[in-house]
Amino acid sequence: MSEVLLEVRDLVKHFPLTQGVLVRRRVGAVQAVDGVSFRLREGETLGVVGESGCGKSTVAKLLMHLERPTEGKILYKGEDIAGLSGRALKSVRRNIQMVFQDPYTSLNPRMTVGDIVGEPFDIHPEVAPKGDRRRRVRELLDVVGLNPEYINRYPHQFSGGQRQRIGIARGLALRPEVIIADEPVSALDVSVQAQVVNLMERLQDEFGLAYLFIAHDLSVVRHISDRIAVMYLGRIVETGTDREIYEHPTHPYTQALLSAVPVPDPSATRERERIILTGDVPSPADPPSGCRFRTRCWKAQELCTRVDPPLAVPVVFAKASGPAAHESACHFAAEEPSATAV
Amino acid sequence: MLLDVRDLRVEFRTREGVVRAVNGVSYSVAEGETLAVLGESGSGKSVTAQAVMGILDSPPARVTGGRVLFQGTDLLRLGEEDRRRVRGERMAMIFQDALSSLNPVLPVGYQLGEMFRVHRRASRKEARERAVELMDRVRIPAAGARAGDYPHQFSGGMRQRIMIAMALALEPELIIADEPTTALDVTVQAQVMDLLKDLQREFGMGLILITHDLGVVADVADKIAVMYAGRIVENAPVADLYKRPAHPYTRGLLDSIPRLDRKGRELRAISGLPPNLLRIPPGCPFHPRCPQVRDVCRVDPPPPLYEVTYAGRDAEAVRAAELMPDDPSALGRASACHFWKETVGE
Repeated sequence: MSEVLLEVRDLVKHFPLTQGVLVRRRVGAVQAVDGVSFRLREGETLGVVGESGCGKSTVAKLLMHLERPTEGKILYKGEDIAGLSGRALKSVRRNIQMVFQDPYTSLNPRMTVGDIVGEPFDIHPEVAPKGDRRRRVRELLDVVGLNPEYINRYPHQFSGGQRQRIGIARGLALRPEVIIADEPVSALDVSVQAQVVNLMERLQDEFGLAYLFIAHDLSVVRHISDRIAVMYLGRIVETGTDREIYEHPTHPYTQALLSAVPVPDPSATRERERIILTGDVPSPADPPSGCRFRTRCWKAQELCTRVDPPLAVPVVFAKASGPAAHESACHFAAEEPSATAV
Repeated sequence: MLLDVRDLRVEFRTREGVVRAVNGVSYSVAEGETLAVLGESGSGKSVTAQAVMGILDSPPARVTGGRVLFQGTDLLRLGEEDRRRVRGERMAMIFQDALSSLNPVLPVGYQLGEMFRVHRRASRKEARERAVELMDRVRIPAAGARAGDYPHQFSGGMRQRIMIAMALALEPELIIADEPTTALDVTVQAQVMDLLKDLQREFGMGLILITHDLGVVADVADKIAVMYAGRIVENAPVADLYKRPAHPYTRGLLDSIPRLDRKGRELRAISGLPPNLLRIPPGCPFHPRCPQVRDVCRVDPPPPLYEVTYAGRDAEAVRAAELMPDDPSALGRASACHFWKETVGE
C-alpha cells in the first residue's frame, strides 16, 4: 500500500458562541467538527459528502491551517502540523494546496492570470527562480487546457469553467502532493462540469496527486473517488470504498441520502423506493444526545438517545468479509435493499 | 390548452450590443401537466418564464415578438392593470432563492396574509387565519406558532415551503417554478419536490419547472423542452428523451453525467463553451460544439424543429422499448437538428 500522506485523528473544531458586549461570556459552541478521523494516501482520492452544515468545509479549512483545531491531530507524513507556525508551516503548506468552490470570488479581479497562477512562487521562490516564472506559468496554463497566450488577461474575460481551470493551475504551481478541493465543480454548468472532472483525473494520473474531494453531488463523488466518507452534523457516519458505500450502505443516513438523489432515468425512478427524511438537520450548536442522526432516523430506539454509536465495523458484519463490512456509526446497521446506487 | 407560448422573442439592449436571450420559443402546458424546461445558464429558460409572468425588467429587456396565450388571451396585449390581476391570482412563480424573495423585516404570516388582503380584500384577522392554513398545507410544523416568525428564523427548506405557500395562496391555474430546489440539500430537495407534486395533483395546476438538473426532471416532468442559446432544441415526453435523445446537445448533456458503468474512465464531456448571446453562431447555435457537425449546420437559417417520428424503424422493437404509443402522432417529439435521424438512431 502506498504511503499515508495525511492523517487526521479525532479532529474537533468548536466555534464559541458568546454573549455580552463588555464582558463576553461563553454561552455555548457550534460543534462544526466533532471527532473526525481519516487517512489520505499518496495518489488516492477520498471523497467527503454531506449536506450543508455537516462540517465538510470546516475540515478543509482545518487541513489548510486556515482554522486552528480545538482538539485533535493533523499529521502530514507523521508530523503534527496543527501546532506548526512560521517557516515549518510554510514548507508543509507548499505540499497541501486548495481549489475553491466559487471561481468568481476566489480569483483577484485586478490581477492578470499570469500573476494569479504565479503568485505562489512569490511565497515560495525556491520552487521557481524569478527569470523562469513566466515560462512555468505558461506551462501550467497549457497543462490545465488553457491557451498560454491568455497569460495577460484578467479573470472577467473567462467563463466559469475556464476560471476553475485557472484556480486549478494555481493549486498545481508548487507541485503539491495533496490537493483539497472544496466543491470544485458545483458552481459549473453540467456540460462544463464533466470537462473539469476529466481534467482533475488526468492531472492526478500525471502528477500522482492525492485529492480530498469535498462535494454534495453524489454521482460526481462516486465517479472520482477511491474511498468515501459520509458526514453528518460534524461526524463521519460511514466510510468505505466507493462500492461499499454506494452499493452496500449500512448507515440509515447514507441510505436516505442515496435514495433522495434524483436519478436521470425515468424508468429507474418509477421502480425504486425512496426514503424521505422528515425534518431538517438539527443545529450544530445543540446536537442531539447519543446518535446525532436519531432525530430524523426511522430506526431510532431508546438506546440511540443514550449511547453515541462509535464509527466501527458493525458486529453483525465483522465476521463476514463482504462489502457490507465497513465502518458505520449505527447501533442498528443493516443493508437496506431499497437504497439504490446513484 | 392552459398556456400556449408562440414564437416568443426577447432582447436585452446593453452597451455592448443587443443580447438575444430568447429567439422564437414555443411551448404549451395543459391543466395538471408538468413541463420541464431544461437548460444551462444563459440558455434563456428563466427569461422566457419572466416574459410569460410579465416581470421582465424593461428596459433593458424588450419582448420583440410572439404571443403568450393564457386560456386563449394574449397576455402581451393586456394593460399593466389586467396583467397584474392575472399574475398572482391565476399564475404564480416560485423562485430559487427564497431568502432574498421574502421581506426580511416582516413576519412570514403577515407576508402570506398580504396575498389575501390585497387580492381578496380580507381583514387582518381573516388573512392571518388563511396564512396559517396555508403554512399547514405546505407541512410547516406548528404553523400557528410560527406565523409570527421572520424569514431568517426558518431553514432553507422551510423558507422554500413558504414560497410555495405564497404561490398557492390564491389557487392559481399555473405555477412556474424556477430552480425551486437548487439551493437546497439533497434530502430536503426530495421533500420539497414531493410536496410540490402532491399539491399539483390536489389542485390540478399546470406546472412549468425550470431547471438544469436532469435528475429532478426525470422524477416529476411529463414532457421536456431542452433550451440552448435562446431556442428550444428538443421537445419530448420525458421517458423518450432519456432513452433516445434526438439532439446532439441533449445527448451530450446525458453523457456528461457520471454513470456507474463509466467509473474510472473519462466522462464524455461536451467540448467548448455555451455561446455568447451577443454573438450567437450562424446556423445551428450548437454547431461549434457538435461532434456531428457538417457544412449545412454552419450556415443560416438555423435548423427548424423537425418532427421526430419513428418511421422506417421496426415498429415492434420501438414499441417494446416503450417509446411509441399506439398512435404515432401522439409522440409530440421534435428536434432542431438537421441530422436528428442519426442522433436518434445511434
